[in-house]
Amino acid sequence: MVPDAEFTSYYGKPIINPPVWAVPDIPGYLFLGGLAGMSSVLAAGAQLTRRPVLAKSAKLAAVGGGALSVAALVHDLGRPLRFLNMLRVFKVTSPMSVGSWLLSGYVPVAGAAAVSAVTGRAPRIGALATAGAATVGPAIAAYTATLLSDTAVPAWHEGFREMPFLFVGSGASAAGGLGLLAGPVTESGPARNLALIGVCAELLALRRMRDRIGMVAQAYDTGKARKYLRASEVLSVLGAIGAVVGRRNRIVAAASGAALVAASATTRWGVFHAGMISAEDPKYTVVPQRQRLRNRSEAR
Amino acid sequence: MTDPAAEAGYAEHPPRMGFFTDTSVCIGCKACEVACKEWNAIPDDGGPLTGMSYDNTVGLGANTWRHVAFIEQRKPVATPAPDLDVLALAEQGDAADPFRWLMASDVCKHCTHAACLDVCPTGSLFRTEFGTVVVQEDICNGCGYCVPACPYGVIDRRQDDGRAWKCTMCYDRLGAGQEPACAKACPTDSIQFGPLDQLRERAADRVEQLHESGVADARLYGENPADGVGGDGAFFLLLDEPEVYGLPPDPVVTTHDLPSMWKHAGAAALLGVAGAVAAFVFGGAR
Repeated sequence: MVPDAEFTSYYGKPIINPPVWAVPDIPGYLFLGGLAGMSSVLAAGAQLTRRPVLAKSAKLAAVGGGALSVAALVHDLGRPLRFLNMLRVFKVTSPMSVGSWLLSGYVPVAGAAAVSAVTGRAPRIGALATAGAATVGPAIAAYTATLLSDTAVPAWHEGFREMPFLFVGSGASAAGGLGLLAGPVTESGPARNLALIGVCAELLALRRMRDRIGMVAQAYDTGKARKYLRASEVLSVLGAIGAVVGRRNRIVAAASGAALVAASATTRWGVFHAGMISAEDPKYTVVPQRQRLRNRSEAR
Repeated sequence: MTDPAAEAGYAEHPPRMGFFTDTSVCIGCKACEVACKEWNAIPDDGGPLTGMSYDNTVGLGANTWRHVAFIEQRKPVATPAPDLDVLALAEQGDAADPFRWLMASDVCKHCTHAACLDVCPTGSLFRTEFGTVVVQEDICNGCGYCVPACPYGVIDRRQDDGRAWKCTMCYDRLGAGQEPACAKACPTDSIQFGPLDQLRERAADRVEQLHESGVADARLYGENPADGVGGDGAFFLLLDEPEVYGLPPDPVVTTHDLPSMWKHAGAAALLGVAGAVAAFVFGGAR
């Protein structure tokens, strides 16, 4: 644990304006996007390896998660009726612009894949849509990390190297978890593996980030961020153990899957709150910037 | 010198305009805050008294585009004019119990590399021909992305209205050849408006003058085009460290790291695909 450094502030007021994004809209948007994106990848794999039940449930998770993710984003807008203004321009400098375009392409395609899977109609178009959604899916799971990091919020910005791995990992454990929850044990081997890989990636990325970002890591160990991330760790480990031990038992597998989905959600809530904590306390802005200035003058 | 208007695509444009806020002559009258509110028709946000010296607007936000900070310090006053002996003596106060009062009028920095503008997904925020950064309120959909993107905590979302607002450097007045309302109202010329290159020269002279007369604390903030935001269109002369005034000591535009962020996101997405492939390869026969 890094000790609190001496720093000055203006009456303890934050330097940056804290995000105006609301709970549950924005952490929900992050979670659902990850769940949807990685579910599309799982769906394509399931279809290729002839696991129809897993494929269908993953396709439904993809379109449901994607659509709800968009709904959460629109609900959080100050002017929801102006959502389409997002599509006035395309800017790579704005991860929200990139994300809006990705989602606008992704949700209809994931929808086509799901409709075809449920109705059994137009299987060729369905297969094409499944492949398309699986191609865009990982980007849907990853871009939200860039969206958070591309801000002046210390806990989000400083962690930009690990955040996408954390988010894709979290998306994979959610998608795998949902596959365990929905699929029969005869089909759910890959879902279990995906969830385990996701849990490992998520825990490793978070550990690495906290080790690298210095005093800013304190934000992840404070208040609500700490609470949610602890809960996520416990749920992840329980879910992973349950998924392995109970792989032949439908009920244990489903409970483990539910725990993994919940773990993914609590991770996003934890990361969201860490950002809010680091934005509201000026020390997270001042101390690292002072350190940077000191390093620069020493290097001279 | 950096020319953000040309970078934004203006073939011909007026010189880059800016503010030089010399806090060493600020008297804390808040005429700038009032003039700004009046001219721009900004809604009232008066709350209870804060107890933060004379500061009751706390910081820049959707409804405060000029903000006067008041800092009370147990430090001796550095007097720049030793010939004004009566006033100087009065200001010096009790040498055993030193006290000084810093006042500073803060405003949007109109950065050369503006994060708010970079991250705006609707194109509502744009670069004007004067090199300033302005929100188009008929475009803004209130996504709120600009709010945490700003390294200075300037722009914010108005609660009842849902859109983002900040200083426009009185874009309407500039178009008519007028100076912004705050600079017009400032009785001590603490807020100076003009072509940015002229202001930078004037500011360098002023710091030198203050240093010569014994005000060693005087320093410029945001004037350096080599800083993390490419220099501010609105820069300051301060008498203490920036964070004392609620300003970040070393701001960097967040999009500076964006190419690396996208690369990491791309790598993570590919790793996600690889993970899924592995999940199926080792998924066992069904």
